[in-house]
Amino acid sequence: MEHYISLITKAVFIENILLAYFLGMCSFLAISKKVDASIGLGLAVTFVLTITAPTNWFIYTFLIGDGALEWANLPEINLSFLKPIVFIAVIAAMVQLVEMVIDRFSPALYQNLGIFLPLIAVNCSILGGSLFLVEREYTLLESTVFGFGSGLGWFLAIIAMASIRYRLRYSNVPLKLRGIGITMLLTGLLSIAFMSFGGIQL
Amino acid sequence: MALSKKSKTAFTDPLMSNNPISLQVLGICSALAVTTKLDTAVVMSFAVIAVLSVSNTVISILRKMIPAKVRIIVQLSVIASMVILTDMVLKAFFYDISKQLSVFVALIITNCIIMGRAEAFAMQNGPGRSLLDGLGNGLGYGLILIGVAFFRELLGFGTIYNRQVIPESFYQAGYENMGLMVLSPGAFIILGLIVWAQRIIGKVEEE
Repeated sequence: MEHYISLITKAVFIENILLAYFLGMCSFLAISKKVDASIGLGLAVTFVLTITAPTNWFIYTFLIGDGALEWANLPEINLSFLKPIVFIAVIAAMVQLVEMVIDRFSPALYQNLGIFLPLIAVNCSILGGSLFLVEREYTLLESTVFGFGSGLGWFLAIIAMASIRYRLRYSNVPLKLRGIGITMLLTGLLSIAFMSFGGIQL
Repeated sequence: MALSKKSKTAFTDPLMSNNPISLQVLGICSALAVTTKLDTAVVMSFAVIAVLSVSNTVISILRKMIPAKVRIIVQLSVIASMVILTDMVLKAFFYDISKQLSVFVALIITNCIIMGRAEAFAMQNGPGRSLLDGLGNGLGYGLILIGVAFFRELLGFGTIYNRQVIPESFYQAGYENMGLMVLSPGAFIILGLIVWAQRIIGKVEEE
């Protein structure tokens, strides 16, 4: 149990997927102008990461990894070079599926979350999460916890940035620094703040 | 070689006045993590230039055959195949650096510049012009990447391309390498400052 708590703290704070690995920056910079939209996108990223991480773990372990086809008596086949293209296809398919399920069962949630779901298919943090779990050789449970933690970290970071940018409207920022310039500098400061969790031992 | 004016701007615009990273704010995702040292940044830039120009050309050749409804998935498969090829070339010839780049080569697939150029340029223009557009955007991306890596390596390690440039006498006089630059906040801050400088020089107005 402790192992998983420390894994989740690490994914949320110390190795935040956005602030330490720079994944999902494009949508982060574009969407963090508005607080409402940030909450919607943050929730959608967390949700999709939590389900794609275990799915891709299954696909990798039982279909395309080194020696994964042992159950089909083909132990010498190694399809791991297909990893990027298979993962992106799985992610796109999962996003489509989630979109249809939400549309069918919760139209209210679909109203809020729906427009963000297609955006997520090409969000680097989702593909990044799946690639990291292969590289770090996580187990199924670890992958799920890591996916959820990474999503939560991304969610926290985008909400923090959206709120800072909301307050920023009343500040006198140099003309040429407005927009992306000041946002990058602020992200740097936010990143320092998250790194200060680094010393915590659990 | 005679180039029409439009072909020329397809190549030169993205270098400075319409740079994909600092002005269009695309493709930062996979960019910054590899900028702690110049050598990884240079290899990453070449990988992106290769993928972007080839995928732009291929998509432009196929543009009349791709049905509009499934174009995104077709574009993604072209790009992903190119990325897999690049990844294998890197593993074969630059094994050490490809280990350091780890997952970031595969993440070129979701680099917004590549999808963005395929969608915005290659779907409407001929293969020759798309190749130039791909090269131009790739170089513009590489310029920023190498710029950020230059400052991070110089300030963070005191080296340029793994050669010591800050003289020993500086360290004896109390100079210290800036540890912050090696960590992720350094990349954000350097990129923010580069964007600022470029907007002052380029006279770009933010809405």
